[in-house]
Amino acid sequence: MDIFLQQLINGLVLGSIYALVALGYTMVYGILGLINFAHGDIVMVGALVTLTVTQALAGSGLPAPVILLIAACAAIAVCILLGISMERVAYRPLRRAPRLAPLITAIGISMLLQYSAALIWGKQYMPMPELIKTDHYAVAGAQFTGLQAFIFLLACAVMAGLLWFIKTSRIGQAMRATEQNPDVAGLMGIDTNRIISFTFLLGSALGALAGVMVVLYYGLGHYFMGFMLGMKAFTAAVLGGIGNVPGAMLGGMLLGLIESLASGYIGDLTGGVLGSNYRDIFAFLVLILVLVLRPSGLMGQRVSDRA
Amino acid sequence: MKRRHLLSVVAALALAVIYGCGKEAPPPAPKAAAPAAAPAPEMITVKIGSASPLTGPQAHIGIDIRNGVQLAVEDLNAAGVEIGGKKVKFEMVAEDDEANPTKATTVAQKLADAKVAAVVGHFNSGASIPASKIYADAGIPQISPSSTNPKYTQQGFKTTFRVVAHDDQQGPTLGKFAIEKLKAKSIAIIDDSTAYGQGLADAFEATARAAGAKIVAREHTTDKDTDFSAILTKIKGRKPDLIMFGGIDPQAGPMVKQMVSLGIKAKFIGGDGMQTPNFIKLAGDAAEGMMASMPGLPKDQMPGGKAFVEKYKAKFNAEVELFAPMGYDAVMVFVEAMKRAASADPAKFLPEVGNTNHQGVIGPIAFDDKGDLKNGPITIYVVKGGKWEALETVTPGAPESAEPKAAEKSDAAKK
Amino acid sequence: MNPVATRRALSPRQRWLAYLVIAALLLALPFAVDALLGRAWVRIIDVALLFILLALGLNIVVGYAGLLDLGYIAFFAVGAYSYALLASPQFGIHGSFLLLLPLGALVAGVFGIVLGAPTLRLRGDYLAIVTLGFGEIIRIFLNNLNRPVNITNGPQGITLIDPLQFGGIALNQSYSVGGLTIAPVHGYYFVFLACALLAIIISLRLEDSRIGRAWVAIREDEVAASAMGINTRNIKLLAFAMGATFGGISGGLFASFQGFISPESFTLLDSIMVLCMVVLGGMGNVGGVVLGAILLTALPEALRYVGQLQQAWFGAVYIDPSDLRMLLFGLALVLMMLFRPAGLWPSSTRRREFAIEDEAGDEERANA
Repeated sequence: MDIFLQQLINGLVLGSIYALVALGYTMVYGILGLINFAHGDIVMVGALVTLTVTQALAGSGLPAPVILLIAACAAIAVCILLGISMERVAYRPLRRAPRLAPLITAIGISMLLQYSAALIWGKQYMPMPELIKTDHYAVAGAQFTGLQAFIFLLACAVMAGLLWFIKTSRIGQAMRATEQNPDVAGLMGIDTNRIISFTFLLGSALGALAGVMVVLYYGLGHYFMGFMLGMKAFTAAVLGGIGNVPGAMLGGMLLGLIESLASGYIGDLTGGVLGSNYRDIFAFLVLILVLVLRPSGLMGQRVSDRA
Repeated sequence: MKRRHLLSVVAALALAVIYGCGKEAPPPAPKAAAPAAAPAPEMITVKIGSASPLTGPQAHIGIDIRNGVQLAVEDLNAAGVEIGGKKVKFEMVAEDDEANPTKATTVAQKLADAKVAAVVGHFNSGASIPASKIYADAGIPQISPSSTNPKYTQQGFKTTFRVVAHDDQQGPTLGKFAIEKLKAKSIAIIDDSTAYGQGLADAFEATARAAGAKIVAREHTTDKDTDFSAILTKIKGRKPDLIMFGGIDPQAGPMVKQMVSLGIKAKFIGGDGMQTPNFIKLAGDAAEGMMASMPGLPKDQMPGGKAFVEKYKAKFNAEVELFAPMGYDAVMVFVEAMKRAASADPAKFLPEVGNTNHQGVIGPIAFDDKGDLKNGPITIYVVKGGKWEALETVTPGAPESAEPKAAEKSDAAKK
Repeated sequence: MNPVATRRALSPRQRWLAYLVIAALLLALPFAVDALLGRAWVRIIDVALLFILLALGLNIVVGYAGLLDLGYIAFFAVGAYSYALLASPQFGIHGSFLLLLPLGALVAGVFGIVLGAPTLRLRGDYLAIVTLGFGEIIRIFLNNLNRPVNITNGPQGITLIDPLQFGGIALNQSYSVGGLTIAPVHGYYFVFLACALLAIIISLRLEDSRIGRAWVAIREDEVAASAMGINTRNIKLLAFAMGATFGGISGGLFASFQGFISPESFTLLDSIMVLCMVVLGGMGNVGGVVLGAILLTALPEALRYVGQLQQAWFGAVYIDPSDLRMLLFGLALVLMMLFRPAGLWPSSTRRREFAIEDEAGDEERANA
């Protein structure tokens, strides 16, 4: 039983990370109808910036939380800059082009980010200095660390904050209007270009935050780390209903739990025919099943002709 | 009129082409030793190919190999070598295979085109295997410094050799060590689903099972993953006293970290892929007490190890990564075979490569009939105080070990 | 070079002559390259021909039917493994390639339908992601089907795959014909050339056929196409199946050419490479796709010298040529879409489609 509980905790932590990344996908998709393939790589840049700043400041004698705060701010700043310029340069001119075009630029941007990172940081896995010794807690035989709890709470807080922001603030209302119909929103006096830029800003900032969490939790960074994470997070967003903020959260958590429980138990359930080697397949299978059976996702209401 | 003109042009072209082809087609494999026919006092040049990933994610290891080859070539040229009574100048031709099987065959063809006498490479088994076919066709002997896939030498080519223990040698040694020295009774095994990691883990599992240990879990991850909590949790439920990992440091590092945070108390052992300084950096404090094997003697016990490490550092201003000593020794093995055959012609010295008995940087080198390294010693290391320390050296396959030792003595005596 | 370009200007007889000249040049090419640049370049040409075959297959899916497939390499893998499993010591079966290549194509075609069927309703970005997932699923299966029963030999791959054999002539041996040495690379060149030419002809014929026009109609506007009486389901499935078939054949050829395959030859990066060839060359235009495939195979080889130049000039390699290649590809994808979205050598309809900011684009967005 404690093992099962432990797997649940593992799944929730993993799911929180997926959810944080998925929020970025879902926001951009909601407004632009564009899969921002490069979002996973924004997370990677956030992680690597955090790592570099932390390494540089590790010997400076500053208290650990201050170092982390500086590093996180740097990561968020860099990612916001990247996100906004990415939208301006690569996506905005193509807003009226056939759908294939922005999709292909997105792949191109993703490659550019990855290999620029490879040039800047090299291709080695880089260790994150261990600043905070994590403390362990135990509940009914299952263990978790303070950091894991923090990641879970952060994901929940970010989602709640985002939801509140979109529902109540003026800019949030403008975002929803743009999402409904950009042309009409423009007629109503909303500067849709600014709103779209802001969406990228917010998405990139969340991506950077996810990057900080990833690098803290796993303790290493690498130029290719954003890709698989991005794929999984996108799956989570689709699972929950893309364009839907609570959906991304739910999807992330569910995917984390599915992966964790599946790789933990599938070997026993199938008598050793399938094993944890098929772990990455679960995400893709879930993705295909959702798209085929319920394209709008678990929490999506709109049935778009796209899917 | 116009048409006839065109026709004649075509005819002329076709003729020219056919004639040109007949002429231009390279003569069947002119040998590297062709210059040997020249008057005696002349210096002959012998090209040694080096093929490894010089770019891409594994570039650091590939460059390490190339540096080893370069060091050997420079040492040989400085010492001045005579083969069959002629002075020889060695030249390295380094090619980048990008760790890509398709590129590897192109590079192999390039080296064959360049008429190298011998090739040190490739790094990955996935590159060495397809390339070996091209070297075999061209009759060029190939020594891989690092490819551990057993299949590499099982293809029936006379030209394939390696100076590294393959997975079926290292795995069982690890297994024996785990059962006999660590007294492991129940073992969990994880591999990274690569040819290297899985090969090692499979060989380990077979030995451990045969010795009566219980394999309580056999799990897999990938060489890109960083989250192992699910499989580690499952393993925790089975309460093994040892966890064996077939894979490399980017996974091993976070894995031991996550072991600690899950409260797993089992010992942890892996292969040469995680016996790196980076593992300790990635794992932090969790690395303490973890073990890994590495083919060859500890560097400070290698016959020429200490000198080699210092020479390497002076020359390249970098630490020896992993396989530079193997690359260095591979060149020496070739040159000694050339000396014995009194020829740098691959067709002549190839049979001599199989008869190698060389006291190299990595230890005694001799090949079995397939071209595999005979009973190389394997050293087990443990992390102590944030550093890898040699725990003990194991020589696999005890019954056969008497022979090479005797031979080695006679070799030493000759010197 | 391109038959299409010469067709209009020349009379039928001159056209035949032009074909003859081209044929003579193509026949002589490997030997000339061998003599001038070395055999390695003949091998590079062989690989380029394989990629032409692959890119033409993807062109049917992406270029003609407008379905973005990011997992195309999976069909290549399926073809390669079909051939390798039935023509190697793995199961001790040594089938003839005359049987195995069509079989590989068939199996790949079936996989194409298996992928196509559930994704019929998906468009654009969703389809891209699902095909990407499909490609990864295939690779993961190939990598793991060595336990509990060993089928694919897992990550260790399959060695000693049979070469192509015509009667008693095996293409992995060197032969001498009238003083002309025909090395394996030459033999394979002719086989690959024949396949590539066949693929070019099929693609050209398809383009102007009923089916080809139906694909274009679906690409331009699926709803309108279906209103015009096109069975969009079958036509889309046909695009997937045809594209996959090309991939399957080139996979089989690749396996016999290399003699060794392992799952690491079939990664997402390879899918993206093939996509780059199609996009950069010109989606929907056979000539453009061929050009793209040749350029993208030759470019990395040329970029190798960049590393050597850096070494010579600065004493160190600052920009890793393989990174540079990927950076250039990424940059090229972005710049192409911004400034020349129809590719280097665009098809006429594609150019029109990308050039005009048409109503259809607006409408689609509004519906989204």
